[in-house]
Amino acid sequence: MKRLAMLLALLAASPVAAVMPDEMLPDAAQESRARAISKDLRCVVCQNQSIDDSDAPLARDLRVLVREQIAAGKSDAEVRDYVVARYGNFVLLKPPVEGDTLLLWLGPFAVLLLGGIGIAFWQRRRPTSTQDAAPLSAAERAELDRLAGSDN
Amino acid sequence: MLAEIGHFALILTLLVAIAQSVLPMLGAIRGDAALMAFGRSAASLQALLIAISFGSLMTLFGQADFSVKLVANHSALSQPLPYRLAATWGNHEGSMLLWVLVLSVYGAGIAKFGDNLRATLQARILSIQAMISVAFLAFALFTSNPFERLFPVPLDGAELNPLLQDPGLVFHPPLLYLGYVGFSVTFSFAVAALLEGRADPAWARWMRPWVLAAWIPLTIGITLGSFWAYYELGWGGWWFWDPVENASFMPWLIGTALLHSAIVTEKRGSLAGWTILLAIMAFSLSLIGTFLVRSGILTSVHAFAVDPERGVFILAMIIGATGTALAMFAARAPMLKSGALFGSVSRESGLTMNNLLLMALTAVVFLGTFYPVIMEAVSPANKISVGPPYYNLVFVPLATPLLLLVTIGPMLAWKRDDLATLGRKLLVPTAIVAALLAALVLAFGWQQVVAALGLALGAWLVLGAVLVLVRRWWGAGGFSLRLVRTTPAATIGLVLAHAGLGFTTAGIASMTSFAAEKILVMRPGETAVAGPVSVKMLGAEEVDGANYRALRARFTVAQNGREGLLISERRLYTVSGNQTTEAGIGVSLLGNQYVAIGDVQQDARGQGLVVRIYWHPLVGWIWFGGLLMAMGGCASLADRRFRIGAPQLRSPLAPTLVPAE
Repeated sequence: MKRLAMLLALLAASPVAAVMPDEMLPDAAQESRARAISKDLRCVVCQNQSIDDSDAPLARDLRVLVREQIAAGKSDAEVRDYVVARYGNFVLLKPPVEGDTLLLWLGPFAVLLLGGIGIAFWQRRRPTSTQDAAPLSAAERAELDRLAGSDN
Repeated sequence: MLAEIGHFALILTLLVAIAQSVLPMLGAIRGDAALMAFGRSAASLQALLIAISFGSLMTLFGQADFSVKLVANHSALSQPLPYRLAATWGNHEGSMLLWVLVLSVYGAGIAKFGDNLRATLQARILSIQAMISVAFLAFALFTSNPFERLFPVPLDGAELNPLLQDPGLVFHPPLLYLGYVGFSVTFSFAVAALLEGRADPAWARWMRPWVLAAWIPLTIGITLGSFWAYYELGWGGWWFWDPVENASFMPWLIGTALLHSAIVTEKRGSLAGWTILLAIMAFSLSLIGTFLVRSGILTSVHAFAVDPERGVFILAMIIGATGTALAMFAARAPMLKSGALFGSVSRESGLTMNNLLLMALTAVVFLGTFYPVIMEAVSPANKISVGPPYYNLVFVPLATPLLLLVTIGPMLAWKRDDLATLGRKLLVPTAIVAALLAALVLAFGWQQVVAALGLALGAWLVLGAVLVLVRRWWGAGGFSLRLVRTTPAATIGLVLAHAGLGFTTAGIASMTSFAAEKILVMRPGETAVAGPVSVKMLGAEEVDGANYRALRARFTVAQNGREGLLISERRLYTVSGNQTTEAGIGVSLLGNQYVAIGDVQQDARGQGLVVRIYWHPLVGWIWFGGLLMAMGGCASLADRRFRIGAPQLRSPLAPTLVPAE
């Protein structure tokens, strides 16, 4: 048992993720709100980890801070604003939609749209379009299917 | 001595690669068969030499020769032999060597299996492969020499990060490299096609097996990486949108697009320019995946400057390869013959949509990964972070139409189809999935409607895949064994891959909505419940492993009247002082029970061990789906059409048509 205690002492800082039982709020609803908020806040000293996933001491401080704010009766938005006021937008894992981040939010949709326009234009530019030909009649299609034996 | 042999072989490889990058190309331009044949021999020689070099390094690791700096820095005597050997590629220098090894083996593959290729095309491809080799060999030799000696020789080495001492991680990097480097082949195919000004169905058919050869290991590698993160990182996350993961995901997305657009080029001769563009992008993203991530630029712009020599070299290579290829594309793409026309409702247009959506998804991952770095460089005062909430919000709405399309696409006829016919074909699957959706909503309630939609989407994909077989096997005259027998392997591949995507989708939906967790302090004899899982702690004791000491806790786990035993460990690796968590996982078809232990803590009832209990419904489906996709790729690769040679026009060698570079 003494060796076990020594090992436990050596294993001081746990690599296991995050939230500890002693940080949790007694109220289950408040605790689940805290978890949800924590998942959207970045551990500012870690690489791309939320404070909910991180075992860094600073993440723990921030988790406790979030819970204190919730216990004090603040709304989710107020808690977030409070944290952003202290750490800046850097702390948000979901960056706000602003002038600077428009490309980030709309870029993928722009790729889709511009790509679609480009291809439509490419197709339209062709001298002839297959759309001009009349579609096959049901009888013609049945005959074709019979001849082909399958649709591949 | 061995280190010097390895080093010397590496230098020889570089010399061979230099010759190979020039002579076959020259042969192709002049129509000189001897020079083109030289390319084939050189490719094999290059592979042999680099294999000697890599083998030397691996032997040095096996012998624990700490007079070599790399061995001393990345392995220790206490490490089991398999992990000492795996340490060969568990570091920057060694993984560079693995990179060029894989590159050369692919080159030798083109030389060996490319008999049916047009001789000039093969020669050009081999030359371009060699140019890539030259760049990386020079990089390895001049900035990251793995054979550097160390004096005085230490008695023992520094340990490999214990997180990496795991069977999953032994195979993860080589698989990813097989994928990344595999796209060098398709890149060479694309550039060679631009040089020849010709990208026809035969070219696409030659290229397709190589796309698959890259895509399959990449798929398995990503799946394995996700699985490793799940059981090793200690809380059961399976995807983190981490830059390192994203780096492998981007080439996969573009590679998947390439796989599909190459089909259109092969079958219909259309979208050739698009296919070339995708091939270029797949390799560029692979380069970015391997190197920008390693360079540390993603952590911070400033980390890049810590090792500017390597960083600049890498950046120059990426810009050089991509830039040259894109410039050539701009110059030559208008010369490419456009293939057959197709209507707006057709298999071709379906595959075009697939490509557009995959491009948009790649853009999501790319922007999410690089935007913070760009922002930091442009306006340092306004740093931002991009994490999972961003990806979930943007990725899902773009992925959903793609997944819907996966079932519709194979129903479309080539060239021209009409909506009425399509509607009739869609009637049955739509009705079945709608009924399933209604049942799911009834079972789980409206709060879980998102989960129900996700599961229904999974069913839609699996059903769509099965229907491809049904339509194939039931001809006009009913079910026919002949039709079963003559089903092309490529069709089986499509069915497996699309069904796999369905399983993955269902697994993700279920994990997102139904996962349950409980975090608490437990003492032996106590019981806790998470979702449907009830866990009782039996006891905890200390155990000794090969090169670690561990705290081991035992639990009995009960669910639906069935009991099992789970063991969870926290390990302390004695040499490096690193710690890892080995979670206890109870696996079943419907989900996993997952128990991980943490620190000792005090709660209201006294001192105990922090225990995390999770229920992960259908999580295994995520990786099962990934493996099924890879199997689909293998089935496709086995298709005999790839082996009997491509149909091609009999045309005399016409070197005069080819402009000089």
